[in-house]
Parts: sequence; C-alpha cells; structure tokens
Amino acid sequence: MIHGVSLLPLLGIAVIVVGFLLRLNPMLVVLAGALVTGLAAHLDANALLATIGTGFVQTRNLSLVLVLPLAVVALLERHGLRERAQMWIAGFPGATMDRVLIAYLGFRELTAAIGLSSIAGQAQMVRPLLAPLAEGAAATEGIALDDAALARLRAHCAAADNVGLFFGEDIFVAFGAVALMHEIVKSLGYDVAPMRIALWALPTALCAFAIHALRIVLFARRLRRTRA
Amino acid sequence: MIEALYALVGLVLAIVAAHTFADTAHPRRWTSGAFWLLFALTFLLGGRVPPQAIGVAVIAMALLAGFGGVRGGAHASGDAEARRASAVRLGNRIFLPALAISVVTLVYALLVPGGAFVGLGIGCIVAWLAALLVTRDTPLQSMREARRLIDALGWAAVLPQMLAMLGLVFTAAGVGKAVAAVATAYVDVNSLVVGVLVFALGMALFTIVMGNAFAAFPIMVGGIGVPVLVGVHHADPAVVAAIGMFSGYCGTLVTPMAANFNLVPVALLELEDRYAVIKAQAMTALPLLVCNIILLLVLVHR
Repeated sequence: MIHGVSLLPLLGIAVIVVGFLLRLNPMLVVLAGALVTGLAAHLDANALLATIGTGFVQTRNLSLVLVLPLAVVALLERHGLRERAQMWIAGFPGATMDRVLIAYLGFRELTAAIGLSSIAGQAQMVRPLLAPLAEGAAATEGIALDDAALARLRAHCAAADNVGLFFGEDIFVAFGAVALMHEIVKSLGYDVAPMRIALWALPTALCAFAIHALRIVLFARRLRRTRA
Repeated sequence: MIEALYALVGLVLAIVAAHTFADTAHPRRWTSGAFWLLFALTFLLGGRVPPQAIGVAVIAMALLAGFGGVRGGAHASGDAEARRASAVRLGNRIFLPALAISVVTLVYALLVPGGAFVGLGIGCIVAWLAALLVTRDTPLQSMREARRLIDALGWAAVLPQMLAMLGLVFTAAGVGKAVAAVATAYVDVNSLVVGVLVFALGMALFTIVMGNAFAAFPIMVGGIGVPVLVGVHHADPAVVAAIGMFSGYCGTLVTPMAANFNLVPVALLELEDRYAVIKAQAMTALPLLVCNIILLLVLVHR
C-alpha cells in the first residue's frame, strides 16, 4: 500500500513483463495477465468474465481493419499485385528505396494530420503495396537482398507507417486523442482550446519526421554498402 | 451499420473456419477450425449474448492458441510465373481495387464525420467487387485466398483485441492508480527538471506497460502534468498535454503490447523475428523522447 492505494493489481503487469521476456505464447501471457489482475483486484469470476467479454466486444474494430482488407488484398495477390508493384517502380530509376520510404512517411504523416488516418494501414497498404515497392526499388538499385536484409527492409516499411500515423494524427484537431486531452485537462480545471493542443503537437511531429527520415537514409546507406 | 460490418467479418471468419474443418490434410484441423469459429462467433453474437459468454469464448481461444492448437493449412501458394504473367496481362488495372479501399474510405470520411471504420468497411466491399471484376476470379477463390492470409497471421490476428481487452481489465482493477502512486511516492516532483523527467518517462513507461497512451494520459496528467508542471511551474497546459501524449507514443513504438502496430505487421510481412518492427522503431523512439523532454523544459518558460 502507498498512500492508501493497493499495489496488488501490479502483479498482472509482472506476469505480462515476465511472459513477454521469456517469449511465451502471447495469447497465454495476456490471458494469465488478465486473470491475475482481476483476481488481485478481487473481481469475482462472473465480473471478470464479463469484463473480458465486454473488452473483447468493444474493440472489434481492431480486427475489422485487419480482416476485411485482407480479403481483398489476398485475391489481388494471387493475380500478381505485388509483382505488378515491383514492375511499376522499376520504371522510375530515381525511386530509390529510401526515397520510397521517406515519401510514404511524409504521405502518411500529412494525410493523418488532415484527419485521413484510415486511408492507409498495415494490412491495406504496407503488405500489398509499400513492401513490394520498397523491395522493387532495392532491386532496381542493384541491391541483392538476402533474407536478413529483406526482413529489415520490410520491418522499416511497417515502421514508416506507424511513425507517420502516430505523429501526424494528433495535429488533426477533430481526432479523438485531441478531444480526450481536452476533456481530461478540462476536468482538472484548465479549459484549453483543442486548436492549441493540436498546434503544440507540431514541434514533435516535425522532429519525428526528421529523425525517422534520417534513420531511413542511414539504413539504406548501410544496405548499399554491404549488399551492393 | 457498423454492426452489419462486424457480421460480415464474422461471416468471412466462419468461412475460414468451415474451410479449415474441411481440410483433411490439415495437421490440427479441429482445434484450428474451432479457434476461427469462436472468433467468428464473437463477431456474429457480440452484444447479443451476455458478455460472460464472450469471456468464456475468449479464454477458450487463448488456450487453443497457447497450446499450439492453431496452425495454418498447406496452401498452394500459386505459381510465381503465373502471377508474373497475370501482372503483365492486367497491367496497372490491378492497383485500382487496392486503391479503392482508400478512396472510398476517404470519401465516406469526408461526407460522414466520425465514420472512418464504416467507411473502411464499405471501401472493402466496393474493392472486393472491383477485384472480382478486374481479375475475373470467383468469390469462392477469394475466400480461399483470404484464408491463406488469415492462416498466415494465425492467432496474431486476435492479439490486438486480447491486448485491448487486457487494457480494460487493467483499468477496471485500478492498475493506473497503483502505477501513479509508485511513480510519485519516492521522487521530489516539485523540482522542474525532475517533474518533467518523471512526467515524460512515466508517460512512455506506462504506455509500454498498458500498450496504449490513452490509458496512461489521464493518470500522468492528473498526477504530475497539471498539479506540478502547470500548477507549480506555470507551464501551458496545451503544451503539457500535446507533448505528454507524444511521449506516450514513443512508448507505443517499442511495446509488444501495441500488437496491432508492432506484432501484426511481423506476421503480415512474414518476418522471423517477433520483435523486428520494434527493433526498427526503437532508435526513432529514443531520440524522439529526448526531444520531447527538451521541448517540455524549453516551452515551460515560454
């Protein structure tokens, strides 16, 4: 107990951290974490089951954005979508892999900043289009990618999408996160215009673009040195 | 409308389950099929049955996946030569259905504020029809291909929802209050530098644990951001809020708890290392967190 707050619920966090560090199956780790947390907080079996069920049903949109695009992308892949993306990018000799990734990072951050965060994503854009484009650009540059280098390039494709999305969306004043910040700060006694919160997201958003773009350039340079 | 789209997801998953049950060459067809069927049922029945029933289904799915019961079938991955020939024959037309998802989502989002998920769902339906038209393939084949990709994801497809569920259990159990109590009990947060460090690092660490900066925000802002940085040091609350949230996002970049961003792409891109995406992001997250701390220190005395 600290200041009258029970620390027992932190047991669940310990379960999660140890489970992830030992690389146990994440589904089991998360289940164990939820059960331990619930029991430590003295939730009875009925309330715990209800909390788990409600939480799962409330977050179905997370799987919606995964499953439905995959059903479209899968058929297109059978008919050569990824191959076509590689052929298309080969028509632009100036499209190096770092330029492809940085252009995508900028596109993702800018569109998220004007509220269009759902027009791209890992299932609908990164797997079917961005990854083949980046791989195609590397091939056009004459870089032979072995399995390890290919994996790192693909991981960078996923990273460009995440970084662009995270640090773009808080600039959009009508985004849920800005509303959340506004409400919470207001509940603490300070009524700040959402516009000003969005405005003060700009310095970090610019830093994020600069840092990540620089990392992409360095990554591409390293690949060129070792794999060309 | 969103309920109809959830039902559609449930239908796709039920077809995946049926194909899995019917796949006699599959090494674990009964347990894998049961896993996809349960997942389908959470979409078809969620909100209609008591939440406890969904809770039981979730636990059953976790046990099926956790003890190796969920495997992919053997898929004829198609012949690379045929795909190449088809890519040449179809030309850039093949991009149209893929881009239709984004375009329809965009148009819908502009017409109906707050309708992003519905827009995406409608976009996928339009794109699916366009894909059938462009490729002249059958709906049955499209479902076989969908099963190939969903099989490739395996239980990782369910992990984002599992973790989001865990976040809600954490909240219900008061984990946030306990973390804030620990974070503020032993340090002198009344010093500006210490206050900023505890606030920014606390946002990042708390987000790493919870997998979601939104869960960390009320606790860190209520515990330190407003009372100390704004109350004692007269910082601009807009600055504290915006940069505090971004400090949390630096945590999101490096936590496996944010499975939809960091673990699902590993499966989607068929990478060996479960933490490959996190490794690609870590060296962006760390300097960016330092930037946030510096920005906070500078802007407090604006």
